[in-house]
Amino acid sequence: MTHRWTRRTRILAACAALTLAAAACGTSDDDGDGGGGGTSGAGFTAPDLPMLEELGEPEGEVNILAWPGYAEDGSTDPSVDWVTPFEKETGCQANVKTFNTSDEAVNLMKTGEYDVVSASGDASLRMIAAGDVEPVNTDLIPNYADVYDFLKDRDWNSVDGQPYGVPHGYGANLLMYRKDVVKPAPTSWGAVFDESSPYAGKITAYDSPIYIADAALYLMKHEPDLGIEHPYALDQDQLAAAVDLLKKQRSMISEYWSDYLKEVQAFGTGDSVLGTTWQVIVNVAKDEGTPVEAILPEEGSTGWSDTWMVGSKAEHKNCAYLWMNHIVSPEANAAVSEYFGEAPANPKACDVASKGHCETYNAGDEDFAEQLWYWTTPIEQCLDGREDVKCTDYGDWTQAWTEIKG
Amino acid sequence: MTTTAVEGVEDAPARRRAPLARRAWLRLTLLITPPMLWLGLAYLGALAALFVTAFWDQDPFTGNTIRHWNLDNFRLLWESEVYRTIAFRTLWIAALVTVVDILIAFPIALYMAKVASPRLQKILVVAVLTPLWASYLVKAYAWRIMLSEKGMMHDVGRALGVDTPGYGLTATVITLAYLWLPYMILPIYAGLERLPDSMLEASADLGARGGHSLRRVVLPVVFPAIVAGSIFTFSLSLGDYITVRIVGGANQMLGNVVYDNIGAANNLPFAAAVATIPVVIMLVYLGAARRTGALDNV
Repeated sequence: MTHRWTRRTRILAACAALTLAAAACGTSDDDGDGGGGGTSGAGFTAPDLPMLEELGEPEGEVNILAWPGYAEDGSTDPSVDWVTPFEKETGCQANVKTFNTSDEAVNLMKTGEYDVVSASGDASLRMIAAGDVEPVNTDLIPNYADVYDFLKDRDWNSVDGQPYGVPHGYGANLLMYRKDVVKPAPTSWGAVFDESSPYAGKITAYDSPIYIADAALYLMKHEPDLGIEHPYALDQDQLAAAVDLLKKQRSMISEYWSDYLKEVQAFGTGDSVLGTTWQVIVNVAKDEGTPVEAILPEEGSTGWSDTWMVGSKAEHKNCAYLWMNHIVSPEANAAVSEYFGEAPANPKACDVASKGHCETYNAGDEDFAEQLWYWTTPIEQCLDGREDVKCTDYGDWTQAWTEIKG
Repeated sequence: MTTTAVEGVEDAPARRRAPLARRAWLRLTLLITPPMLWLGLAYLGALAALFVTAFWDQDPFTGNTIRHWNLDNFRLLWESEVYRTIAFRTLWIAALVTVVDILIAFPIALYMAKVASPRLQKILVVAVLTPLWASYLVKAYAWRIMLSEKGMMHDVGRALGVDTPGYGLTATVITLAYLWLPYMILPIYAGLERLPDSMLEASADLGARGGHSLRRVVLPVVFPAIVAGSIFTFSLSLGDYITVRIVGGANQMLGNVVYDNIGAANNLPFAAAVATIPVVIMLVYLGAARRTGALDNV
């Protein structure tokens, strides 16, 4: 009796499994040819997507995907709020989701649930190529006209002269240290790479493959024999050298951070005392009473130049456009760039921002801006113009990053 | 069989009743279909989809999945040393957590089942279960704070002359062992409950001392229960990636590789390939556990 039941159960289970297997195979067959999209390797083709022709009625809601500190509604700090004025003015209820790394942003945009995203240079092209964001009609954004010209039509925010977004601001990755522990104060990135560092075991680094560029920048200045011209254009040997440096650094790392609050906490308890950071983290840590300071080391630094982009599957495009207009308005752009610690994209923001802000971050100083190595997606075609070698692409970097962490 | 018996006795009412009553196979099918669908679709289906995805490819630039059949993901897993290191590290952590949990859980369970008064027994069961009501994250972050440079473990450790382990693999094992302890205590407790006191008395009457009885009588009886508990602690540790992120310092486990490939690199096919490793390990483990009869105890 029991035997028969068991057998029947087994048959049922087998049938269920078979059905599923068939279904699974069916799906793959259907999409087999058309799958993927976007050519890999050198360069890329941007899918042909339409842009918004004219602004309609606001939808009453907008889903914003932003770096932490880019869309503050007063919940972190009651005095830091440029979302509420936007909501009052436009009637668009802002739903903000923050992300920790560019990869996360690229990934989240694929869900199609977000209307507008603040993309760094190492994410923007990937989103464009994947068709996750669409061209932006800058005529519909009155404040766009005020944005610094040297930020417009750059290779991380435009394709063939067609803008894909609105520049937000730019800044540098800094070196943060505990003033009470790290003495004398560091001046070079060598502080986090030096094998004989007295702070071994308390050093932190950003947990993303893009951090390889920080090591490459250090090598560019200190090991000229490697011939690194551009930290995002590394051939096999150059990547190997950077990976080698990072593997040595790995033994001195207390922990890698990507969640910025985790870094704030680690500096607060003293588990980390030295490492790469953003100005906003320094501000939060200082607010909590941690004695930290941050510097731009002598080698210069990697940095970001961010762009607000519209999701191609966005359901609230009108509100998204209104948001992009709002975030580069003098008031909001001043508030966000002061809070996050970066140069604003709109020069008019300097009139509104507190005194000295734009000088501190060298806003509008084109020469300074050119010295920062903005996050860019490494691709096979060398970004420094070399044509005799193939460069390592982001896939290689991702792989290398896993190996570095071990 | 049952059907004929029922029909024989209550022929008339049976005819009036719904046809379900007379058709045992129909009843069974209806009864078993929803759970089987759930098991098939949600559990096995997801696993099948995972396995299929592992044979696909990814465009490293856009991060889109390319449905092109190949074995590259598995080749990379096999050939690259880093994944082997991570796999063995994960295995080692899971095994260590299991051993630590057995060592802590056994005395507790023994006390609960054989020494404590019935009243105390109930209190202890509740006490063991209570931590399960608190969120996993709260407990992991509590350990992060306790293990930190200025944390409680530092003060306690200093009194004993040892330093806090800080964030790292030791911290990971401690935290995981804490998190999964109830899953080890309960099966052992249940196993010991089933051990009749008379067996212990008989053992004592025959001249065995405490240690001897424990080894020759208690352990063989409770062994399948320990293995049952170890299935929980081992598999839960094997798949964990949050604890190691919170207290593990710069270390990574298999779960982190999967997470990074989904959350960061968006390389779903490779993540799927990595995810098959714990599945294979668990199949081997369950196969071994079955031989001990532990699966009857789960």
